[in-house]
Amino acid sequence: MSNRVVNILVPVISIIVGLLVGAVVMLVSGYDPVKGYIALWNGIFGDSYSIGNTIRQITPYILAGLAVAFAFRTGLFNIGVEGQLLMGWLAAAWVGYAVELPRIIHLPLAILAAAVAGAFWAFLVGFLKARLNVHEVISSIMLNYTALYVTNAVIKSLSDGGFKTETVLPSATLRAQWLRDMTDNSSLHLGIILSLLMVLVMWFILEKTTRGYELKAVGFNQNAAEYAGMSVKKNIILAMTISGVFAGLAGAMEALGTFQNASIKAGFTGVGFDGIAVALLGANTPLGVVFGATLFGSLKYGALNMPNAAGIPEEMVSIIIALIIFFVACGYVIRLGLQKFGSKKEGN
Amino acid sequence: MKKRKFGFALTAVLAAGTVLAACGDEETTDNGSSTTEEGSNSGDAFSVAMVTDVGGVDDKSFNQSAWEGIQEFGAANGLSKGDGGFDYLQSASDADYNTNINNLLRRDFDLVFGVGFMMADAMGEIANENPDAKLAIIDSEVDAPNVVSVLFKEQEGAFLAGAAAASMSESGKIGFVGGVDIPVINRFHAGYVAGAQAVNPDIEIQVQYTGAFDKADLGKTAANLMYSSGVDIIFHAAGGTGNGVFSEAKERKAKDPDANVWVIGVDADQYDEGQVDADTNVTLTSMLKGVNAAVVDISTRAQDGEFNGGETLVYGLKEGGVQLADSRGAIPEDVMAVIEDYTAKISSGEITVPEEKPAK
Repeated sequence: MSNRVVNILVPVISIIVGLLVGAVVMLVSGYDPVKGYIALWNGIFGDSYSIGNTIRQITPYILAGLAVAFAFRTGLFNIGVEGQLLMGWLAAAWVGYAVELPRIIHLPLAILAAAVAGAFWAFLVGFLKARLNVHEVISSIMLNYTALYVTNAVIKSLSDGGFKTETVLPSATLRAQWLRDMTDNSSLHLGIILSLLMVLVMWFILEKTTRGYELKAVGFNQNAAEYAGMSVKKNIILAMTISGVFAGLAGAMEALGTFQNASIKAGFTGVGFDGIAVALLGANTPLGVVFGATLFGSLKYGALNMPNAAGIPEEMVSIIIALIIFFVACGYVIRLGLQKFGSKKEGN
Repeated sequence: MKKRKFGFALTAVLAAGTVLAACGDEETTDNGSSTTEEGSNSGDAFSVAMVTDVGGVDDKSFNQSAWEGIQEFGAANGLSKGDGGFDYLQSASDADYNTNINNLLRRDFDLVFGVGFMMADAMGEIANENPDAKLAIIDSEVDAPNVVSVLFKEQEGAFLAGAAAASMSESGKIGFVGGVDIPVINRFHAGYVAGAQAVNPDIEIQVQYTGAFDKADLGKTAANLMYSSGVDIIFHAAGGTGNGVFSEAKERKAKDPDANVWVIGVDADQYDEGQVDADTNVTLTSMLKGVNAAVVDISTRAQDGEFNGGETLVYGLKEGGVQLADSRGAIPEDVMAVIEDYTAKISSGEITVPEEKPAK
């Protein structure tokens, strides 16, 4: 079997197997899988409102996925995307409401603030790793919690003891009336354009620049990179910082697009952690991340319609969605199966 | 060769699909018949639905109470769960409020409740986009002509809880465990402190906000600290976090039947939460918040064509919106008399209970 066929077959079969197992779970627990999947489908593509909101849900996943993927490509495991996202969220919301500027400056400034905040939070991780050899997984996990409580405390003091900041000014919002009109008042916003742009940016940095080549080289083999005259420490810090830029931008999507403010969180949003899965599903390539994010975002948003239209309880829906993702993620098993299947036939 | 393999794979997938589709068909017919059996929802019945916040309808607290109110309204009007009757959607995160409310409106529910202060932004937005929709929000205010806002004077009920705790405490130390530090919970806090100090000005009140409504472990830790330092009665206003307060008290009671530990429940009658064994219960009383009564009240008014959009309804002690639950003998007669005395004074306006939490 040719490689190309396998590459297309693997994800397709994975999704089908995931859906089938999900269907069995629904059947066993007494719900109608056909109705359930129709509800899921309609929840994703049913009308312009659903499509708009699905795209809105995909937007931060793309950026979070890029953040994780970029770090992976340079040999780093950035598990701190969640914290960097929260910092970016707060920074964007704050710049969004606290300063008054014409839209053409204000919106880019708010987005930039998010990027800087995320970058700073990730820079700390990179710096600790490069200078003091602190493992990035440990420091970034801990910085997630730090970010959660720091942002909560700042939001509280900014809002005089309230639980959310003021709404961002119209000059800083990513929302656009024409997008809302087009999608029946969904919360689709311009951020999707920015996130797709960032996909290009990541591809460009990694594939078309010398710096990107160095970053990848450090990821492949630190010793070899060092021997070739590259500064490993500098590249580690730079890689984390760029990864943090993507994560911070994901926060800007929430601040300036979806929520229009920053509010106190009792726990993590989960977008940053899902970003790890998105990146792995996409094999850490920019285009792959788009597909991974599309799958994650669609399932996540469409699943809301399953209790609504098919009466399946939330817990059940979470299990089914997790199963689908599980099978997509173990594409390797299916690839192996296909190869076995292929070689046996050739033996005939 | 290649083609054959591919064909085989396709056939396998198709076969599996057909088998499952067949199962699906069976299910559909089953469902179809059951719907007709219970389908008493006529087209013109007044239908209501609600969106929960992240707590869900089994939070043993105000989401559950609201859902009970909806079910009660449904039962009284011969409705069944589903389109045209009554239903709820649960939100997994605050990103879901908007979609959930919209989904219910699209299913043509005549009145949609949003439960929880966090939903105010989403409610306001949707109210503007759907000027014909009838909406209601619990625990927050939304300024729109088609939204009824429902607030409670938690501080009045909490005042009674504080008075009861101060009267019953043997150590002179009582505790308050709050969820997130927000105005609603601050009202509980303020009333509790005011009530306790009205009875005993020298009482020591330990206060802790856990920062979450769904973390029982934090509630348990907070309760552990308080009981260990001599506190004998804790009032919690922390939703699911408060379940940890109950488990700490029950553990202490189970270990030492003479331990003097009590919990005052919140929102619903939490007597069952405090059951240690057949004869022992650590629930002193509960401060009831009549979300269910308010939901029924608003639904009934809307059904009768008297939907009061744009208004803010405040349910206090006088309106029966808040009260103390039956203590089942845990509170003696003389203390009950004190509480009744305060109830009368608050209802008549003789005592005004503060809303703002006391400065430290």
